[in-house]
Amino acid sequence: MSLTGLEAAAGEVAADAPVVEGRSQWQLTWRRLRQDKVAMASLVVIVVIIALAIGAPLFVAITHHPPNVAYPNQGETAAGNPVPPGTAGFWLGTDGTGRDLFIRILYGARISLFVGFVTTAIGTLAGVAVGLIAGYFGGIVDAVLGRFTDAVLAFPYVVLALALAVVLGPSLPVIIGVIAFFSWAAIARIVRGQTLSIKEKEYIEAARSLGAGPFRIMFIDILPNLLAPVLVLATLYIPTAVVFEATLSYLGLGIQPPTASWGDILADAQNFYQVAWWYVVFPAAALLITTLAFNLLGDGIRDAMDPRTERVLAGRRGRGQRRRRPPADTLAMRAEED
Amino acid sequence: MSTADPDDDVLVRVDNLVKYFPVRSAGLIRRTVGQVQAVDDVSLTIPRGKTLGLVGETGSGKSTLARCVAGLIPVTSGRVTFNGRDITNLSRRAMRPVRREIQMIFQDPYSSLNPRRRVGAIIGDPFVIHKTATGAERKRQVQELMERVGLNPEHYNRFPAEFSGGQRQRIGVARALALRPQLIICDEPVSALDVSIQAQVLNLLSDLQQDYGLSYLFIAHDLEVVRHVSDSVAVMYLGRIGESGPEEAVYTSPRHPYTAALLSAAPAADPDAAASRQRIILTGDVPSPIDPPSGCRFHPRCPKAQPLCGEQEPPLEVKAGDVPTHLTACHFPVQTGENLATAAAATPVAGGSEFS
Repeated sequence: MSLTGLEAAAGEVAADAPVVEGRSQWQLTWRRLRQDKVAMASLVVIVVIIALAIGAPLFVAITHHPPNVAYPNQGETAAGNPVPPGTAGFWLGTDGTGRDLFIRILYGARISLFVGFVTTAIGTLAGVAVGLIAGYFGGIVDAVLGRFTDAVLAFPYVVLALALAVVLGPSLPVIIGVIAFFSWAAIARIVRGQTLSIKEKEYIEAARSLGAGPFRIMFIDILPNLLAPVLVLATLYIPTAVVFEATLSYLGLGIQPPTASWGDILADAQNFYQVAWWYVVFPAAALLITTLAFNLLGDGIRDAMDPRTERVLAGRRGRGQRRRRPPADTLAMRAEED
Repeated sequence: MSTADPDDDVLVRVDNLVKYFPVRSAGLIRRTVGQVQAVDDVSLTIPRGKTLGLVGETGSGKSTLARCVAGLIPVTSGRVTFNGRDITNLSRRAMRPVRREIQMIFQDPYSSLNPRRRVGAIIGDPFVIHKTATGAERKRQVQELMERVGLNPEHYNRFPAEFSGGQRQRIGVARALALRPQLIICDEPVSALDVSIQAQVLNLLSDLQQDYGLSYLFIAHDLEVVRHVSDSVAVMYLGRIGESGPEEAVYTSPRHPYTAALLSAAPAADPDAAASRQRIILTGDVPSPIDPPSGCRFHPRCPKAQPLCGEQEPPLEVKAGDVPTHLTACHFPVQTGENLATAAAATPVAGGSEFS
């Protein structure tokens, strides 16, 4: 076969492979993610938690126990302690003031997930914008934004969060603002690093030689290449935000009673842990399962986006032996997180 | 030279182009401690509808020169004239219409295409940026281009990763061709490809040149490739042009010892010719462009070097017996029939015995 024939044959092979056609990176990622049992289980758990949080009023309708109503008679023992799970229609027992613990955990999930998603969304948008601008323009812009990012990262955020919560008064918008303020810096730093490496690629020069402006290059040419690490980071940031909110509420500087919040429930529960194990275990388990599920899903997405797993799967061999080692850039990402 | 080019056959004129990159010290206060003299006082012209081949080793400043001509990096001094118009260091806005006329094809078919974007979007970019076609019309034009460069238009929605190196380079060609430019700067467009694929891409480029009257600035380090595509050739060494002229003249009677050495090192297709030929072995490495040698920049490695070469810089001029367009920057140009290999062997330097 002549060499030209070879190339033609190669072209035919490409043309005869409809399997490959039009399959985007996201479809490939999803295909690989579906084979990851841990990640899929986590995804199911997350979906269930979200469904429970959204369906909380439904459970109120079933149990007739609104979240902020105390039941001093059925919901408390003679000594005034919480009743155990299963008593008098309280599926998970009651809390220190005789309220339905199950319902309060569901309403706490609403707060936790809302804070988690909203702060992560704000933080991600801000982080991507700052990182792109710093990385693409470089020079003085990078220096100023970079030092600002460093300052935020270096700040003892719990101390600042406490101070802000005290000064501004604890409320949901303040909580969200404080958590979002500390969430963008890590993303900005990673996006900046990635932008620095991507902007040296020839396709960026190609875009410039076509006459593309800086914002077109940033958002059309660079951003799509950043979506994968940003998505992973965002997924992994949600549990951090959930825990942060719980921490602030636990310290009494977050969501204010009587609104239910996991941190708040846990803070109250510590007075009763000797007489009411369920009061501590269930909200703590809810927090643990939620953060664990998001973390495992984030890990799964990162693995699914690893181009090395792609090659193994494309070769249709060794499905069970795919590598767990993340690529260099996600390793760097981990180092940044630590 | 006047700003308005009297010569209508000239598309691009580069006059005394200089591009230095500052070398900064590490640390907080980054003082400029030196300059990389990437391109130093280069003048050349690209004739309309013709191909100028630019040859040189890695680090000789070929790509920097190309990026200066394309307006991608600001020049330190000198002038680039396109169609008689000075386009040196134009603002991005002022450069925009010029961008439609000057396009580039890049060396690496992998990093020159955005892996996250579909081929249709990549080739359609020029139309979007210059707002020349939208919607279905844009898709039609993109598919026409794909067909023109030998790609299957049905692959419009594929990603670059689904193509071979040669096909990817065709995508790059289609993108460069989209706005029907007058000049395409090819920065080593085939050096990353297999030899068989190289020929296909080169043939495509020459077909396109005939069909659309394109001019090429063709950069390569492969002398045979340059010879195949070029009407005229310029040889660069350490940011300077050592020799330039019509392809035939430079290849058959090189005047600059560097050109002669390069040509003697290129593998010959004819084994008989290869056996009878004597290679000129250059010793040493290319000196640093931060601190280039005095006088002729080639003199530390030149088999014919004399004391004068280190003191005085040779001008780029016509040597006796050459056509008026054949210019050489050498005090002691190679004479026809002169055996440089013997001169090289006679030079007392270590490692010069590597003859086969």
